[in-house]
Amino acid sequence: MSYFSDIYKGIKTLLTGMSVTGKYFLTSRKGAITQQYPDNRATLKMFDRFRGEVIMPHDENNEHACTGCQKCEIACPNGTIEIIWDRGINEETGKKKKKIDKFVYHLSLCTMCGLCIDVCPTDAIEWGQNFENSVYDRTKLTRVLNKPESKLRPGIED
Amino acid sequence: MNIIKNIHDWLFSIMPEGVANIVEMVLIGVAYLTFFAIAGLFLVLMERRVAAWFQLRIGPNRVGYQGLLQTMADALKLVSKELTGTVKADKFLYNLAPYFVIISALMALAVMPFTQEIQAFDINIGIFFLIAISSIGVIGILLGGWASNNKFALIGAMRSGVQTISYELSIGLSLLTMILMTGSLQLSEIVTVQKSGWLIIQGHIPAVIAFMIYMIAGTAETNRAPFDMVEAESELGAGFHTEYSGMKFAYFFLAEFINMFIIAAIATTIFFGAWLSPFGITESIPWLGVFWFMGKTLILVFLMMWFRWTFPRLRVDQLLTLEWKYLLPINLVNIVIMALIVWLNLTIKF
Ligand code: SF4
Ligand code: SF4
Repeated sequence: MSYFSDIYKGIKTLLTGMSVTGKYFLTSRKGAITQQYPDNRATLKMFDRFRGEVIMPHDENNEHACTGCQKCEIACPNGTIEIIWDRGINEETGKKKKKIDKFVYHLSLCTMCGLCIDVCPTDAIEWGQNFENSVYDRTKLTRVLNKPESKLRPGIED
Repeated sequence: MNIIKNIHDWLFSIMPEGVANIVEMVLIGVAYLTFFAIAGLFLVLMERRVAAWFQLRIGPNRVGYQGLLQTMADALKLVSKELTGTVKADKFLYNLAPYFVIISALMALAVMPFTQEIQAFDINIGIFFLIAISSIGVIGILLGGWASNNKFALIGAMRSGVQTISYELSIGLSLLTMILMTGSLQLSEIVTVQKSGWLIIQGHIPAVIAFMIYMIAGTAETNRAPFDMVEAESELGAGFHTEYSGMKFAYFFLAEFINMFIIAAIATTIFFGAWLSPFGITESIPWLGVFWFMGKTLILVFLMMWFRWTFPRLRVDQLLTLEWKYLLPINLVNIVIMALIVWLNLTIKF
């Protein structure tokens, strides 16, 4: 008897599927999810969870939260991040302290996997929303994320 | 239509009969080719827009007003492309295959009764001719796949063979069910019978079942999704036309769309009264028939697109199960029911 119930179920699921797409068909002209991209460049807003590139936010005092621990460099599966670090003297204690000289990020290697951002203990790096990355010269995709003269925000390491 | 008759009379009045006949044939050929090209371009555009709407997208809207010229631009691009091929291909068959597909589609168009007058060729075995012609298209596909000397193309062609040969049966049987009611294979006569109600209404339950089977089998015949294993891009590259480029590829592509149109047009003729208007509302203006015919056909084409953009592709064993375990037995039972209904005079007539 399963022969006939199969036919019945087949037709029923057919109609269910068609009613779903049918509804889409009728509403799509109002609620199409496609963006007409170059036209709406000015108003285009990406979703919060969009992964465009890795950035390092700086506050108004040109300070960032990266301690130079190199966890992100180790976590990255394809060597996208290179941290060039140095030691500097901490004024209060007079002790030598690790600090970043350059946080180098090769956008052209990055797979946007997010491991570096997950692993960072101080949330120093996060996702940027920019996706217009075409350039004529590949070296432009190698970026130094810490701004010149920037330093570690006090209180991060304690 | 009077214009056609006038042209006919005028041609025969200015030249000898033999020449006039030939000129007329050429003119009709040109007209059908033009129709073929325009319909192809239009159907491709329609498919893309409809597909976009089914998937909550916008679709082509850049070239021309609302993207109307998009397929023209595509055609231009295809014409200007280089024709490549493999060195070890069987050149003759390889080049012949696209024409097989195109010509079989054109021949099927010739017997379509667009209106009472616009029908190039009204033979008394119309339906039989259509079924026969529609299976020639697959030879083009098999030839193309085999002659390309490419294993993916060959597998694609074989899959197409399996599919078309199986579903051919269902198409034939479902059309046969309807022939039981008309008692004639001639398309113009089938339309005349429907003056007292479209066949899908005259034959009620078995006719509806036959229609459903016909649409499923027809979709499979044209190798469209959900029956597009022939072109399964994830497994086979592009299937049987992997090695075809430029215009030759476009021929296959066009033929697929024209075949969809033909399947819908046959359904219109057999089930929905071809150019007859509902309740005969425009019977006094016969040339309006062409709009009714086109309208009904486009609705059925839309239905096929709806299928395509709703259902995922079947596996090859599922495809064969569907045909041999479900469609064929149902079809055979259905034909008996239809015979009983005709015998006991249970049809609905107005
Ligand atoms: S970005 Fe985060 S993980 Fe990477 S070195 Fe700086 S603090 Fe460590
Ligand atoms: S997102 Fe992944 S690939 Fe990119 S830098 Fe971070 S860890 Fe490396």
